[in-house]
Amino acid sequence: MNTAPALSLGNIRKSFGGIVAVEDLSLDIHRGEIVALVGDNGAGKSTLVKIIAGMHPPSSGEIRLAGELVHFNDPSQSQAKGIQVIYQDLALAENQPVYMNLFLGREKTKGRFGPLDRAGMIAETEELMRELNVRIPSAKSAIRKLSGGQRQAISIARATHWATNLVLMDEPTAALGITETSKVEEIITGLKARNLAILIVSHSLDQVFRLSDHICVLRRGKQIGVRQTKQTDKNEIVSMITGLKETA
Amino acid sequence: MAVRSRFRRIPLISQLEPSTYVVYLGFLLIFAAFAILLRDEGFLSVSNLSNIVQETTPVTVMTIGMVFVLSAGEIDLSIGSVVAIAALASAVVMRAHNWALGVAAGLSAGVMVGLVNGALVAYARLPSFLVTLATMGLLAGVARWMTNLQSVPVTDATFTGLFGSGSLFGIPSLVVWTALAISLGHYFYRETPFGARVLATGDNRHAARAAGIKVDRLRLTVLVLGSTCAAVAGLLYLGRIQSARYTLGETDLLTVIAAAVVGGTRLDGGTGSVLGALIGSLLMGMLNNGLILMGLAVSEQMMVRGFIILVAIVLTLREPRRTP
Repeated sequence: MNTAPALSLGNIRKSFGGIVAVEDLSLDIHRGEIVALVGDNGAGKSTLVKIIAGMHPPSSGEIRLAGELVHFNDPSQSQAKGIQVIYQDLALAENQPVYMNLFLGREKTKGRFGPLDRAGMIAETEELMRELNVRIPSAKSAIRKLSGGQRQAISIARATHWATNLVLMDEPTAALGITETSKVEEIITGLKARNLAILIVSHSLDQVFRLSDHICVLRRGKQIGVRQTKQTDKNEIVSMITGLKETA
Repeated sequence: MAVRSRFRRIPLISQLEPSTYVVYLGFLLIFAAFAILLRDEGFLSVSNLSNIVQETTPVTVMTIGMVFVLSAGEIDLSIGSVVAIAALASAVVMRAHNWALGVAAGLSAGVMVGLVNGALVAYARLPSFLVTLATMGLLAGVARWMTNLQSVPVTDATFTGLFGSGSLFGIPSLVVWTALAISLGHYFYRETPFGARVLATGDNRHAARAAGIKVDRLRLTVLVLGSTCAAVAGLLYLGRIQSARYTLGETDLLTVIAAAVVGGTRLDGGTGSVLGALIGSLLMGMLNNGLILMGLAVSEQMMVRGFIILVAIVLTLREPRRTP
């Protein structure tokens, strides 16, 4: 077995023209571990997610997956390596049924060039929903008939179904209410058992402390530090985010 | 979210969206009305019913293509002009060569127009409404220029048999074409990954791209498909009328869009039905036929037809808007 971290970022730097969005960031995420990325607006969190997803290649630095050096120029390349991203703006096709959304772009067919295997996709969807303890009326419901929490749960289910290495979540609960948020958090916690590495961007420190194993703090593109969640507290993290007290 | 309808409390019907059953109800109602009103004019005779299907075949084929185009979130306004260009190209080639070359010429004309439309939409990133509005006018000019407004007769018996007056095991060839087009269209729309991706792209293009679907190539493909269906329609007109003229297909665009929408295909993409398209287009054909049999003047036919289409669209689209 490979004991190298599922994701290892080494001295990542990204600049857009003269503006440095991320400078000299290094971070390891192991399988079965949730790492939270926190920082104020414009700290470079979303940029970092996009770098790992292959949407913006880094200006310099290296990305390793289980020790293997990778270069992504396009999201489809990171997907091929088992990385899935969940965006806050719910990338689902509203009028299509749940199972079609789960299998979008990777539809199951009967035989190589045969017709769609709807029954197979529905059965697999129902099984996944049971495993993740997501309650939806039916795998055949159109997405637009579901609540925001159910939709986000489906995004997460889709990502975990196809991810074999790493799941990136950019503000997965930003658009949700309180009960829906706690439901989605429950699902995220459940993902650790599937032995995936998870990177979550969140504005809510309460959520970060509930979910994560490590917390990585960014401020204006600089990596301020990484803390073990159990050995830090909100005051320390807040001071790192705001820069009121440097603790490098 | 609730379907606001008095049928709400009937369990089976409340599951269905109005857009999926209104067209069938409307079709049956109008059919029954004509059957009663026109019982002495032979509306229900086998030959008249078969006539309706045959007269509608080109529109049915075009409507199937349009279902794919609309479902992908695009529109093709140039199909009427493609009908004329394909028929003329085919007829001109058939003057000097055999019928197969003529058919190839007609189909290639359709494919080429689709490629140009599609490239402008998918790769030059222009809206399909404007691109095809422009090519519609441009191609209407080309159709007039091709033969200098002259019509071109076609006498090849194989061609006119295959695309018009012939029959297979006693079934008129145009009815066979309708059945073939509907089966193929329905299969690709409902039973293949391609159909599922067309719907997803029309529904949410960004989600489709994020899921790894090659959205630009798909939009190009769909416009080529729509235009090719129009070319086939051109050949079917040519086979039946046995003469190509620049006016062929001129008035079909709105009939096709009405047939698709009445059949449950949304103009904004992501929802549609090929079987509904068949019913929609037969409804249009049945209205034409029935109103003529009723002895209405052309002006009256146009008004009644317009009114019925309007009612059908109101009923079909009366579903609540998607909730945010």
